[in-house]
This record gives sequence, structure tokens and C-alpha cells, in this order.
Amino acid sequence: MKKTAAIVIVVALLSGCAIEPWVQPYERANLADPIMSFGRDSVADSYLHHVFQAREGARGAEGGSGGGCGCN
Amino acid sequence: MRKGDRVVAVVATSFQRGCLLAGVLGFAIPLMAAVLPVDRVDVLYHSYNGGGLTVNGPSIMARKQLGKKTSVWGNYYVDSITSATIDVDVLTGASTYREERIEKTLGVDFLQGKTTMGLAYTNSEEQDFSANSVHYSVSHSMFGDLTTVSLGYSRGWDEIWRSTQSKSSFVEEAKRQNFRLSLSQVVTKNLLMELGLETVTDEGYLNNPYRAYSYVDASNPGCINDRCSLTEQYPNTRTSHAVAIRGLYYLPYRAAIKTEYRVFSDTWGIQASNYEVAYTHPTKSGWVFDVKYRYYSQTRADFYSDLFAREGEFEFMARDKELSTYETRTFGAAASYEFLTRGWHFLDKGSMNITLDHIQYDYKNFRDARVNNVAPGSEPLYQFSANVMRVFVSVWY
Repeated sequence: MKKTAAIVIVVALLSGCAIEPWVQPYERANLADPIMSFGRDSVADSYLHHVFQAREGARGAEGGSGGGCGCN
Repeated sequence: MRKGDRVVAVVATSFQRGCLLAGVLGFAIPLMAAVLPVDRVDVLYHSYNGGGLTVNGPSIMARKQLGKKTSVWGNYYVDSITSATIDVDVLTGASTYREERIEKTLGVDFLQGKTTMGLAYTNSEEQDFSANSVHYSVSHSMFGDLTTVSLGYSRGWDEIWRSTQSKSSFVEEAKRQNFRLSLSQVVTKNLLMELGLETVTDEGYLNNPYRAYSYVDASNPGCINDRCSLTEQYPNTRTSHAVAIRGLYYLPYRAAIKTEYRVFSDTWGIQASNYEVAYTHPTKSGWVFDVKYRYYSQTRADFYSDLFAREGEFEFMARDKELSTYETRTFGAAASYEFLTRGWHFLDKGSMNITLDHIQYDYKNFRDARVNNVAPGSEPLYQFSANVMRVFVSVWY
């Protein structure tokens, strides 16, 4: 069982190098629209992350423009 | 710290404890990593008002490409704080205070083939806290630019002292490390997904040196409503893990829906989660409108209690409301208008933006100790709301 799983994983990883893009460059107009960004304005997004980090116990994984917080 | 030990001078809440806003400010993970961020300047005014705390100030960020493979950026950020919060004032008798925090970040990004690398240094200074940190990130685009993998590492060194004491008589240190992993994936021609993981470790003095825990002592006439207080005792280490998954979907009529779900846990016993739903709607006249709703909840830290039974009951004791069980709800709205969309001289375009967020905090085991006509421990649960405003102008060139 373990051997089969290992083979599947290795084959998947190797074949991954040869993956054909299933969304072609000419199909990416919508994705390139500025509204399709997880953080359009990093300076403003970072400020709100800062507010949440200072006021909440959780921290980390805020997203592309998230920041470390030296709060204590 | 009993009632008689009145702290009149500056006291701090966790809001301004050297929070490194710009930790990885410039490391916004692009959809396709094999490009450098575009040149732009942002001038922002921010304001937070709620729970007796007012924080405002500017944040200025500029980025400029040098040649084809290097981009440098910097950020100057100020928090001007006025506070008379429930956290310290009720138990310690401290008065309203004002202070300022200034944070400066310099960073550089390099592009090499399908890989971008970033380095940044941040310094944050206030009158009782100093923090320095370095940040490193690397992003690589693969599978026909459908997948972007990003790794990040930050290391920080904090110095903490009390503004009410000379630094020679009380100064502490803390070290911090952040490990980040992010995977961005183009799923369809209308759907983006992002998975983020982050582990943070802290070691050293993690207390807020001004905050106090509360315990019952009816025999001490110096205590307020039989609630006495002493400086909190925190563990010297903390490790946390957070995992977030996000989705961004393009709607047929040019609009977007964003969703997020994040879970969190740490070695202090806090477990938290939040979800967010946002909607973006641009118009043909150059306006972009955003609305969002965010819900957050967490459980208390193992060593948190609103009221301990006696002085020194446990090795670690805290009454920070950020360590209690509570939930928050955030309602947000934003409007943005683009100008100079056809360019002007060396400018490519500009935008004016305003964002308003209303946050409601509801605590489940943190009580309003200002109410003193009831037995200690039976005061009403605390709640408050805050308004957050960001106004900024951005220019691309």
C-alpha cells in the first residue's frame, strides 16, 4: 500500500513538471483585471491587518500584504 | 500595583506595542510572480477611534524600479495615540496619555527569471518600546504561471521598558520569528485561490509592562470594589500557527467576490477563526465600490481570568481582554475613484480612496470593572465599537 502511494506521489510530482496550463494566456483577461487582486492597495490593507493584530489574539497568514506584529 | 500606586504618566495598551505594520508590507504576493511590483506612491491618513483609544497619523509608501530587475521601496508610518482605555485605567488609576510611534521600512525586490526575492528592514520607535526586524521572501511562478509559491521569513528584536521608570532600572527583551508559506493558484479563467500558512515564535518578555491582573481581596481597603491588581505574569515563549484559504471570483458583469477563512491556534491555549466575504463593484465612470463583512471569534488563553481568587494563584496570570473569549464583527465599505487614466506627463494614473470600517467587540468573560455597585466578578460583560478610517491617494508612474 505504502509502495503504491509512493509511486503515485512520485509520478504526480514528475508529471507536474509537464503540466500544460489549463488556462491559456489569452484567457486571462479577467484575472488580470485590477479588481482580481487579494490586496489592491498594500499600504491600506496592511494598516487594517495592523488593527486586527493589535486587537485580536490571532496573528499570521493575513495574506500577501500582511505583516509581522511585534505586539505584546 | 494597587489603587494607591497611581500611574499618572504614560501607560500603554497593546495597540501601540511596537506593532510592525510594515513587516512584509512590500511583499504583496503577485498573481504571477515573474514581475516586479509597479512604481507607485501612496499617501494615506489613518484613524482608529473606539474604546477610549484614538490612533491616527500618516503612512507614506513609495516604490521605484531600478533597471529591469530591481525595485526599491520605503514606508514611513506614524501612530499618534491618545488613550484612556479600560485595560489599565480602571485598575491602576492611570490617566489619559498621549504618545507617538514612528515606523520606517526600507526594502528591495529582485527579479530573476520566474523568481522574485525581497529583503526589507523595519525600525519602530516609541518612548517605551523599540523594535527592529528583517524580512526575507522568495516567490516562484510555475506551471505556465498558474501557480505561485512564496516563502517568507522574518526575525525581530524588541526592547521594552516603562516610560514611568528609567531605562537603567527596567528594560526587557523579546525575539520573534515568522515563517510563511503561500500558494496562489489560478483555478479557472475566473477563479483564483490562495492558501497561506504562518508560524510565529516569540521568546522573551511578552507582557505589556503596564497591564495588571485582578484578584479578590475584600480585606484591602486600597482596592477598587474588592478588586486588587498586580502586574501580569506571562509565559516567556509563545508559538502560534495560522492557516488561511482565500478565493477570488470574477463575476460575468465585471465585479468580484472575495472570501476568506482562517484558523489559528497557539501554545497559550487560544483558538480562533475568522471568515470574510467582500464584494467589489467597479463602474464605467471610474469608480470602484467595495463592501465587506468579517466575523472573528477566539477562546481565552489558559492563564486568562477576569478575576483570580487570590494574589499569586497561578504562575501565569493575565487579564488582557485580547486574551479573553470574545467575538468581533466588522462591516466595511470603500469607494475609490481613478483619475488621469490616460496619463499625464510622467504619471500613468492616480486614484483617490476612502475606506470605513465599523468593528463591534463583544467579550464573553471580560467584565466592565468600572461598574462598582455589584459584587466583583458579576459586573456586566464589556463591549465596545470602533470606527476605522483610511483615506489615501495613490499615483502610478
